[in-house]
Amino acid sequence: MDLFVSQFLNLDVMRQAWPLILRGLGMTALLCAAVIPLGLAGGLLVALARRSRRAWLRGTTKILTDVLRALPPLALLILIYSGLPFAGLRPSPFLAVCIAFTLNASSFYGEIYRAGIDSVGTGQWEAARSTGLTEFQAFTSVVLPQAARNVLPDLVSNTVEVVKLTSLASVVSFTELLYAADMARSVTYNASPIVMAAGLYLLILWPVVRLVSRLEHRVAA
Amino acid sequence: MTDLDRFVETFLNPALAQKTWPAIANGVLVTVEVALAVVATGLALGLALAYLRAYRIRPLNALIIVLVDVFRAVPPLVIILIAYFGLPNVGVTLSAFAVLWLVLSLVLAAFSEEILWAGILSVRKGQWDAARSTGLTFGETLRTVILPQAFRLAIPPLTNRTIAITKNTALGSVIGVAEIINQAQTAVAVTGNATPLMMAAVAYLLVFIPVLALAGRIERRFAWNRA
Repeated sequence: MDLFVSQFLNLDVMRQAWPLILRGLGMTALLCAAVIPLGLAGGLLVALARRSRRAWLRGTTKILTDVLRALPPLALLILIYSGLPFAGLRPSPFLAVCIAFTLNASSFYGEIYRAGIDSVGTGQWEAARSTGLTEFQAFTSVVLPQAARNVLPDLVSNTVEVVKLTSLASVVSFTELLYAADMARSVTYNASPIVMAAGLYLLILWPVVRLVSRLEHRVAA
Repeated sequence: MTDLDRFVETFLNPALAQKTWPAIANGVLVTVEVALAVVATGLALGLALAYLRAYRIRPLNALIIVLVDVFRAVPPLVIILIAYFGLPNVGVTLSAFAVLWLVLSLVLAAFSEEILWAGILSVRKGQWDAARSTGLTFGETLRTVILPQAFRLAIPPLTNRTIAITKNTALGSVIGVAEIINQAQTAVAVTGNATPLMMAAVAYLLVFIPVLALAGRIERRFAWNRA
């Protein structure tokens, strides 16, 4: 038991690693602040493109999102980070992570929005249009708010996934929370810093995970 | 050499593709092995936990909820690194493959428990009452009346989540499991050419697009026509 505590919950090691980990946490927050809004906006574009009147736009969007949904996010990140330099482009780790995860998040958010928009009856469209709203106005002020509310649990739960996704940025040496913790781990030969990082993720995401469970149970009931 | 030639040379080099495809094919094999193992143990464990939770034994349920929440909230790569680098220090040495399988199974178990539990809760109480009144025991009711209905409701989220977690087999590359992207990275380092990366992308599509299609079919097959 003592051995376990000294290897996984070592307070001395944790105290030493704390400044590094705190900086990592800040970078994780920065990454989330970039990728979540970009993904939400990209997802909306995807959902709109899937409803376009132009068949080629619908088709290419479907193929693209299917490909993006089939690729593991880590593979996509590595493809972009190690592949682009061969084409003469050298994205910084931050940029590569933003591109990869925005693409990934957009395709998942896009599917969620799509389900939401489908769940709003055509009567809502017709009623909104009959009051003199343009199609765009009907979408943004009548359909979209209802759609978003209908799929709120999915939107929140996908956002949890995006936050967890940012931990993969450590693989391309972006100095976010997990990278910082793993650096401290390799210096101290002790897993406590990573346990500490796990604790921080838990602290931030646990309330949201609880919320998702409650929202889902309410919808199901 | 034109730009197009240079592009083909760097990204779609047939000679290199021929040389590296056995490595990538091996990677595909490892990816499929881990994925199948994770799906089998993860779903079985998740079902067992949801089943236990239905008995509503307070301390046990509190424990299940805490465990499930931890594995849902902490990124899988974090758990993989703790297990891979931490366990040997307390005398437990597992192979990278075993760590990947174990961690992803626990993550899938956590998510599937939560989804199945939501399914169990959504079966109407009248179903319980009717089943018990015909003389079925609690366990029989759960197994033969409630769970089949819960499953049906749980299928769409369950297939989505299962696929998302099997795609996390790529995380094994970080601890040296020789799956697809790991093999490709090694080949890129050796050849100094991006072709193996393209092959890895295609390999993932070959593995996962049929899985996505199958999931879509399962969802349609079990969909309830709700008026």
